[in-house]
Amino acid sequence: MIHYLVNRLVTMAVTLAVISVLVFTIIQLPPGDYLTTYIAELEAQGESVADDKIKFLREQYGLDKSLVEQYFVWATGLLHGDLGYSFEYEKPVAEVVGDRMFLSILLNAATIMFVYIVAFPIGVYTAVNQYSTGDYFLSFIGLLGLATPNFLLALILLYFANVWFGTSIGGLMDPEFIDQPWSFAKALSVLEHLWVPVFVIGTAGTAGMIRRLRANLLDELQKQYVVTGRAKGLSEGKLLRKYPLRMALNPFVADIGSLLPEVVSGSVIVSAVMSLPTTGPMLLSSLQSQDMFLAGSFLMFLALLTVVGMLISDILLGVLDPRIRLTGGKR
Amino acid sequence: MAETGTHYVCDAPFDPVADEAAGSGLSDAYLKASQGQLIWWRFKRHKVAYAALFVLLFSYFSIIVTEFLAPYNLHTRHTDYIFLPPQQVHLFHDGLFIGPFVYGIDGVLNLDTLEREYSEDTTRIYPIRVFCSGDPYKFWGLFDADNHLICPGEGGTLFLLGTDKLGRDMLSRLLYGGRISLTVGLIGVGLSFFLGLLLGGVAGYFGGWVDNIVQRAIEILQSLPHLPLWMALTAALPVLWSPLLVYFGLTIILALLGWTGLARAVRSKLLALREEDFCVAAQLMGAKPARIISWHLLPNFMSHLIASITLAIPSMILAETALSFLGLGLRPPITSWGVLLAEAQNIEAVALYPWIMLPMLPVVITVLAFNFLGDGLRDAVDPHS
Repeated sequence: MIHYLVNRLVTMAVTLAVISVLVFTIIQLPPGDYLTTYIAELEAQGESVADDKIKFLREQYGLDKSLVEQYFVWATGLLHGDLGYSFEYEKPVAEVVGDRMFLSILLNAATIMFVYIVAFPIGVYTAVNQYSTGDYFLSFIGLLGLATPNFLLALILLYFANVWFGTSIGGLMDPEFIDQPWSFAKALSVLEHLWVPVFVIGTAGTAGMIRRLRANLLDELQKQYVVTGRAKGLSEGKLLRKYPLRMALNPFVADIGSLLPEVVSGSVIVSAVMSLPTTGPMLLSSLQSQDMFLAGSFLMFLALLTVVGMLISDILLGVLDPRIRLTGGKR
Repeated sequence: MAETGTHYVCDAPFDPVADEAAGSGLSDAYLKASQGQLIWWRFKRHKVAYAALFVLLFSYFSIIVTEFLAPYNLHTRHTDYIFLPPQQVHLFHDGLFIGPFVYGIDGVLNLDTLEREYSEDTTRIYPIRVFCSGDPYKFWGLFDADNHLICPGEGGTLFLLGTDKLGRDMLSRLLYGGRISLTVGLIGVGLSFFLGLLLGGVAGYFGGWVDNIVQRAIEILQSLPHLPLWMALTAALPVLWSPLLVYFGLTIILALLGWTGLARAVRSKLLALREEDFCVAAQLMGAKPARIISWHLLPNFMSHLIASITLAIPSMILAETALSFLGLGLRPPITSWGVLLAEAQNIEAVALYPWIMLPMLPVVITVLAFNFLGDGLRDAVDPHS
């Protein structure tokens, strides 16, 4: 197990390093550096830029150095928790972000839990009652869920909430709690608002999960040992619980590899549509204003979220299944 | 028990193949059919996929003749009819059958609420014309024409899906938007297909460290959330680029992250196939790796690849829609479904003018159709089904 853990941790470190190079390249893609954009913007507004400020910023981020050196400055800064400087807000990124990152983690974790809690019983039901009316009905809903992009689903929900109840279901807490310190009432308010975005983001993932669990379980149900168990006189419930379900559960847990990036992607766009106080809308606005430092930090954060999420699920899988931890995670 | 001991003997001459022929139950046509025909027959049994194929053929045909199908041009503005709700088509007026027609529309600006209020004027009747001349256009930018499938009656208007904030016909814009949205997926998948074949082919054929690098690259790319990366890449597209360049830039960006699934499939198939005798034979005859991969190995599972790229197209269409919706992908004057939906971002506008959400329908229909088609194809190319 320790060997497996070390193996996974090393892989993760390498992955993150490669991702950071990727993200840095993307930050560098727009012509000019952050400062030229910033200065041009200020001059367009007819303001003059203080020379010592430019000099300070240039030195701070080593913009006069080569790209490779700049990368190392940026990367070591990240390692120390220094996320860089946002030109849009004229503050260090860490101050701008506030509890957005925490709310992002909360939203994504809640969505993943939602997907598993909903997909599991439905997947088992549709597999056990294959070709029944319920199966057809749920499969059809699942297909619709797969085909409807989540941001459109968010729009539809926002529209009907507006037409029927005259309220906005956007946001993640009641307005009076915004920018307030955390309290029990605020946490409660967040929980009250959380389910709409969780439902919207989780629908597609749930639909995919149900499909895969159904297929896996159907494969297992056709196997000989099920017939044997039935011939021995096991009750249907016990038969299902003891063997096929356990076999089908493994890919179900392992599927987090495809689920997590999808959920993180979905949360970004749904947050933008529903104006949730997570990292999504800020990533969008930072990209639109080409505030690349801020955007880069968010990209890095989202990638980190996925990679760490996968690490946790891999460790869980290793605990569940000796085949995985003994072969060093080669699936 | 009188029968005991008697042995029944059949008089009919013994035919050694009769049993086989009767047992297989397969018709002559089936046994002689080519692989393509077998796939086609199996595909046709899949009714939903078959229907989806026709929906898609119809959509792609429609984007060839968009100019003719759309009642108005993409940018024709009707400043008297801003945010006009969809016009109703009637058949009868005062109990008299007239054929499809619309009533005239009167618009007044309510000075209290500053909203435009439209009402039908039932005294003015505009029968819808077919195969008529309307807005002049340049067909595919090649030659001038003004033929349309349907036009409003003389002096009237025809906004079957309403108008947008500049008084442009939604139906026409939707049809023109399809031209971009439906092709973005095709070109993007074409590119990622090429990348997937190349990288997957090289990794699977050579194995070893090449395989290792490609595998790690695939793992890293697949573990990243794609949408934020796409957003960052499209935001980096220079603002000064012409719409056409932005369009191609976007397809390339979509393809850059989309090849991994295909490469993985190609690799695993090639790993098995390269050990086959026919591959060794080709190697012994001195064929180069590029030739062996493309001539001897890839054709073995081309049909599987086609099925899997069919399933990849809708995700590209959705990605373009999402990016344009956020204002990071295509920008006006280029019009795609995502660009049209960007108008619907403002929830107050949507509540007042719900028809600006309509571009959602073709998106969902196309994505569903591609999913059904892909599922059907996948089942059809699988000889074990």
